[in-house]
Amino acid sequence: MASLDPRIRRAEPELWHIPPLPLEPLGHWQTYEVFILRTRGSHAQHVGSLHAPDAEMALILAKEQYARRSQCVALWVVPTDSILWTSPEDEDLFLPATDKTYREPQGYLHTRERLNKYRDRLKPSAS
Amino acid sequence: MYGNLTIRPEDIENWGKKVQEEDPEKLAQFEARIARGEKIEPHDWMPFEYRRQLIRLIEQHAHSEIIGALPEGTWITRAPNFRRKLALMAKVQDEVGHAQLLYSAAETLGKSREEMINDLLSGKSKYSNVFNYPAQTWADTAVIAWLVDAGAIINQTTNSKGSYGPYIRALERICWEESFHLKYGYDSVVYLATGTPRQRAMLQDALNRWWRPIMHFFGPPDTQSVHTEKLIKWKVKLATNDEMRQQFLDMYVPKIWELGLTIPDPYLRKNPETGRWEYSDPDWDEFWRVINGDGPCNKERLAVRRFAEEKGRWVREAIRLPSARYVTPLA
Repeated sequence: MASLDPRIRRAEPELWHIPPLPLEPLGHWQTYEVFILRTRGSHAQHVGSLHAPDAEMALILAKEQYARRSQCVALWVVPTDSILWTSPEDEDLFLPATDKTYREPQGYLHTRERLNKYRDRLKPSAS
Repeated sequence: MYGNLTIRPEDIENWGKKVQEEDPEKLAQFEARIARGEKIEPHDWMPFEYRRQLIRLIEQHAHSEIIGALPEGTWITRAPNFRRKLALMAKVQDEVGHAQLLYSAAETLGKSREEMINDLLSGKSKYSNVFNYPAQTWADTAVIAWLVDAGAIINQTTNSKGSYGPYIRALERICWEESFHLKYGYDSVVYLATGTPRQRAMLQDALNRWWRPIMHFFGPPDTQSVHTEKLIKWKVKLATNDEMRQQFLDMYVPKIWELGLTIPDPYLRKNPETGRWEYSDPDWDEFWRVINGDGPCNKERLAVRRFAEEKGRWVREAIRLPSARYVTPLA
């Protein structure tokens, strides 16, 4: 059927004769990872990635794509290429290899107990 | 552990074989993780079939957003007033933005955006069938913004409880933005429904034309839908097509009737005994015919995308950094 869109009618007749030419690799540029600072005082948070020809353009597109509605006080973009990461598959990397309770507050639960015992010992016997 | 996740073309060709070769121990761990309600992240081990199905799903979703902007975009130049024009532009911009988010989510699985767009332009990848129909009047855009977006929200809210991290993060954001579309669509519909007799007639006419594509929106009935079981186990699919269609009817048929509009299906009713909606066959042959290329707008939709990609090519090339290197986005 004839198009209902005046813009499409303007693009004719060329419109119908464009073959599905494949885009080449990087035809839509490289990717950047986007971070948002939502409020002053919060941590910047990773929100996703986007394609851009360079960092400046990535910032402009990040504003459109990730800060269109939600609150945002600052944006960061980083080329994906520059990030070194570990896989969540290796999450056991972050488990303590040995008992490390000495570096946690939970490692010091019996202090009061020791003190109470000591004070009990000092009390004159009732008998 | 450090590095880039890339899927080579030969991997894709050998997928069938790889499915047979999955390490049973890793597969069991993977399934246990999903059963515990934990999410899968891009660099996790995952079965090839899970990766393949997710790429297919998210990619189709992205294509649907970008093609879905076209029927409504048609009306930007002819919106009835300035406020409606601004709102429609904002909605269309949102849809294109959703495509960007979804392409990025799909890319984390190892298929580049260029490959996805190539598959769209060549007709290899599908997009939501509903966008192969034309928006003939302004009332069509109102019906699309209300009811098609309502369908999309049901679908996306359901999928946002899935197992793949990047997809659910994109969906949460998308659903939040779509809530404006739904309000805008309902407002436009109510405006016409409470307007002049000609406005009401135009709205009824649009609803008549869109009802069948909307019934098709959630996909073929469960009796015709293949390999759903594994996808439900892996939380790629969270509800069946019929379940989502029932939810849509439950939520929106009463609202349509409240406006005094009629739905062009004399057999549509809620069975008080089963609590389920009954409706006449929405012509699934037509659904298959249109999805396979023979709809009123299939050719135009792809021609417009090809035109845009081809006409923008020299600009994209001119500003590309020679040092650019592709790596798979992180999340």
